[in-house]
Amino acid sequence: MVDAASNKPARAAAEFAPVRQTAAAPSAASPYRLATGGIVDRSAPLLFSFDGRNYGGLRGDTLASALLANGVRLVGRSFKYHRPRGILAAGSEEPNALVELREGARREPNTRATVAELYEGLAAVSQNRWPSLWFDCMAVNSLFSPIIGAGFYYKTFMWPASFWEKLYEPMIRRAAGLGRAAGMPDPDTYEKAFAHCDVLVIGSGPAGLMAALAAGRAGARVILCDEDFEFGGRLLAECRDIDGRPCAQWAGSLLAELASLPEVRMLKRTTVFGAYDHGVYAAIERVADHLATPSPHMPRQRVWNIVAKRTVLAAGAIERPLVFGNNDRPGVMLGGAVRAYLNRFAVKPGTRAVVFANNDDAVATLLDLAAAGISVQACVDPRGADAGVVRAAAQRIGTRFVNGAVVRARGGHRLRAVDVSAVAEPWHKLTFPCDLLAMSGGWSPSVHLSSHLGGRPQWSDALAAFVPGPLPRGMSVAGAAAGEFGLAACLAGGAKAGAEAAGDCGFAAKPVAMPGIGPEPIGIAALWRVRAKRGKAFVDFQNDVTVSDIELAEREGFRAVEHLKRYTTLGMATDQGKTANVNGLAIMAELTEKTIPATGATRFRPPYTPVAIGALAGHHRRKDFKPTRLTPGHAWAQEQGAVFMETGLWLRAQYFPQPGDNSWLDACNREVTATRNAVGVCDVSTLGKIDLQGTDAGLFLDRLYANAMSSLPVGRARYGLMLREDGFVLDDGTVSRLAEDHFFVTTTTANAARVMQHMDFCHQVLWPDLDVQFVSVSDQWAQYSLAGPKAREVLQKLVDGQHDISNTAFPYMAAGEVTVGGGVPARLFRISFSGELAYEISVPARFGDAVIRAVVAAGAPLGIRPYGLEALSVMRIEKGHVGGAEINGQTTARDLGLERMVSSKKDFIGRVMAGRPALLAPDRPAFVGFKSVGDGAIGAGAHFLPVGAEPSARNDEGHVTSVAYSPTLGHLVGLGLLKGGSKRLGEKMRAYDPLRGRDTLIEVCSPVFYDPEGARLRA
Amino acid sequence: MLLIPCPYCGPRPEIEFRYAGQAHVARAADPSALSDAEWAQFLYLRDNPRGRHAERWRHTNGCGRFFNCIRDTLTDKIAATYRIGETPPDLAAGAEARR
Repeated sequence: MVDAASNKPARAAAEFAPVRQTAAAPSAASPYRLATGGIVDRSAPLLFSFDGRNYGGLRGDTLASALLANGVRLVGRSFKYHRPRGILAAGSEEPNALVELREGARREPNTRATVAELYEGLAAVSQNRWPSLWFDCMAVNSLFSPIIGAGFYYKTFMWPASFWEKLYEPMIRRAAGLGRAAGMPDPDTYEKAFAHCDVLVIGSGPAGLMAALAAGRAGARVILCDEDFEFGGRLLAECRDIDGRPCAQWAGSLLAELASLPEVRMLKRTTVFGAYDHGVYAAIERVADHLATPSPHMPRQRVWNIVAKRTVLAAGAIERPLVFGNNDRPGVMLGGAVRAYLNRFAVKPGTRAVVFANNDDAVATLLDLAAAGISVQACVDPRGADAGVVRAAAQRIGTRFVNGAVVRARGGHRLRAVDVSAVAEPWHKLTFPCDLLAMSGGWSPSVHLSSHLGGRPQWSDALAAFVPGPLPRGMSVAGAAAGEFGLAACLAGGAKAGAEAAGDCGFAAKPVAMPGIGPEPIGIAALWRVRAKRGKAFVDFQNDVTVSDIELAEREGFRAVEHLKRYTTLGMATDQGKTANVNGLAIMAELTEKTIPATGATRFRPPYTPVAIGALAGHHRRKDFKPTRLTPGHAWAQEQGAVFMETGLWLRAQYFPQPGDNSWLDACNREVTATRNAVGVCDVSTLGKIDLQGTDAGLFLDRLYANAMSSLPVGRARYGLMLREDGFVLDDGTVSRLAEDHFFVTTTTANAARVMQHMDFCHQVLWPDLDVQFVSVSDQWAQYSLAGPKAREVLQKLVDGQHDISNTAFPYMAAGEVTVGGGVPARLFRISFSGELAYEISVPARFGDAVIRAVVAAGAPLGIRPYGLEALSVMRIEKGHVGGAEINGQTTARDLGLERMVSSKKDFIGRVMAGRPALLAPDRPAFVGFKSVGDGAIGAGAHFLPVGAEPSARNDEGHVTSVAYSPTLGHLVGLGLLKGGSKRLGEKMRAYDPLRGRDTLIEVCSPVFYDPEGARLRA
Repeated sequence: MLLIPCPYCGPRPEIEFRYAGQAHVARAADPSALSDAEWAQFLYLRDNPRGRHAERWRHTNGCGRFFNCIRDTLTDKIAATYRIGETPPDLAAGAEARR
């Protein structure tokens, strides 16, 4: 038998050795494993390591049970005081036994050893200790505990404020805190799944199993979820007989029947962590957490959205610790957990035990301990006459019964003894040597999911527990979660809830026979704290909140439960106070001499247990979260060495660098010059494209655009301006009429989705009577802009001979359908953004790649160059076209100098509001151009200031929206919004930019710098 | 998460939908006849009830149709959904609405 005392020096030495001892052969026989019983597979031994030491466990173990089987009691250090901690519980409520599981990129902090399913090669490391678990330097914190009680951080780290970020926070984070995150990208995948059912049963203990069976037999579609890796709940952990068979065996036959029902789906390793509106529940399935690495294509975890008509919450109950001195010593364990380790895992959690309980649950603990051959030194119960059944059980196994309370646990890394004060002789302290204390402060129903939608749990004095209050629609609660603590009550309650739920979904329930079971006592008398306690008495183990902290909070006025919680951090750890909250608020109730209902309870919110963000994200990571849209010509642009930039989801060529370029500007200037002098080609496939058809299509567009569209002749294109209803410009683009009832509309790249949605709204909601149909064809057409004096020459080589595209036959603003390259359908638009003779040619996306290659091949002898967004932008500034910087949601058609486009002959969206007096005010900033007069740089965002004026908001006269170096003109050209606008041509102003430290003299001019007569585009 | 019964597709999860503002905000047949106050009402002023609210929703990631929805802003219970242009169903303001 391993003894902690003899073990200690050896471990400490190993921890300090430079090379960790990892090759030590595991002891084949786990010293604390029982020879028989349990539901572990003794034929499937597993190797695992903890803090670099190898151990053996069995399939069916949790990490916690396997550690206990090897005599490992000390598994972690506490959050604040770095106190040695062991294993308190046997389920997901565990506050102490948190470890770092796995290594490298899969390292996972704060994993509860009590739910970590053992697998071959599992590697776990204890947390929050340095240099080792046995010798932790920070344990010195315990000595300062009178100083670092509740509110310590709030009171201490207040001054000076600048110290917080640089000094205090990093320091506190290093000293406190729990495990370390992996710090590397998660190599695993996660997924989401949706499921619908008639009846969702949460929990597969006695109540859940009966509910699922009753609903399943009735024919309802049932989903049964359990967070454990085995179904059965407490039936696996208790030593009871049902129908004359051990309860685990009885559960097995029920599970077999459930598995045979075609409409019943059983999800184990699946925690229902949140209840949401309309019967929607979220659950996390740990698909591959029990494997070293997931199999290929297997997700690590899966988030379920379960839509249930009815739900039976059968989540059981969580046992409460008792609050006495040093109640956190390794070896102090919940009574129910002791029974789980004995009965389910066949592990002895100790060799000499004391039982301390305020309720009749102690009976089962006493009997199970005795049956496992563990000597029980004493049974301590604060109740007098009410403890009759416990006293009788103690007597039966020959254990001394003490009517009193444990006041202090002794020992450091391991429990050695407990001091007991008897009611009869309080002055006489009894000491019982032991290495295990099984305690029970009663059971708290797992009401969490019942209150996620706001229903407050209600206090029951009889049970000394909160039971579910008003329930979410469609939910019923059964078994221990409803406060039905006896096994018979659980079975009956579950069967009834399951049958009713199925009935509500229209399935007539068949009666489920109630099995025979013996009676059991469930009496309890509340004991929230042992007043005669010695030493620290912990309430919240994970956040190191003691009774003294609650007393301090009470003295300092933080008495409301929500204040208590935040001031002391009670219930704010990763376990959300599952074992702590009720004790904490009950102690506050005692201190303030109020009842528990008057003290209230903090709210429960999802998730029930921690859920990895990665699981919630599922596949929506990186490009699956924000996909990249590529134009059909992307591969070609890549071959040309294009530098791409993101515009929305699109990747667009920004410029095409060449060897010898000093910067992007060289490439940009070359592209502008080539286009102005010969011909350039630009991929404009990212424009929003909408195809409209129908007899009312023209009328519909008249109502959408500020200018008239129904008057557009077939075969012509028109620049169009769309306003919002409040009078501001929404978007611009072109409208082409391909047939009497067929229009093709382009929008800007950025506003494509918004304009489409606006059109949908207008048609569906405002004018559903109009005969018009439209669809977004942005992805269906590849579109290229061919610009420059030689554009027609290039195009003539591509367009099939029967189409005349001469200036007479296909003049400026012509639009029509042609074929290219021997029959490829195409749409040709003679529209120009650059100010040159220009065409946009649109082909079905599948021809996009071939057409751009054909264009460049045809244009090569004429000096064609591809140009990117930079050159496109420079040419539009030279030409004085408005872009996204000017159509910024705050400008009107008048502000942009486009008032002549606005029709006065028809109604359209935004017409009336565009005429509001404020939008017609003469001093509104309006669109102008400017030239640099000084030599300083100018950037967009610089403010226009009168020369000599003090830089202040009062003197601000507008701002620079776009600016570029014009290789065509050889100087900076800029656009902006200036009060008074075109009335101020020739004025000298300052472009003042305090952010970048610039102040440059400019001269206001017309925004059209290049070819103001428009001769080139009509050439 | 809400389950929203699209009048065209049936009940679908909330993530398929987009909220689209208050329902039954009619655009005037002759907008130029509206007074300033009526314009302010039409453009900017919306109800903000604690209880039932007629809303427009759009089944964006589904059929793409706008429709009307009567939702209780307190309980998120959806009393009815109906197509654009249809008159709101006559819902007796029963106890359920004030639950």
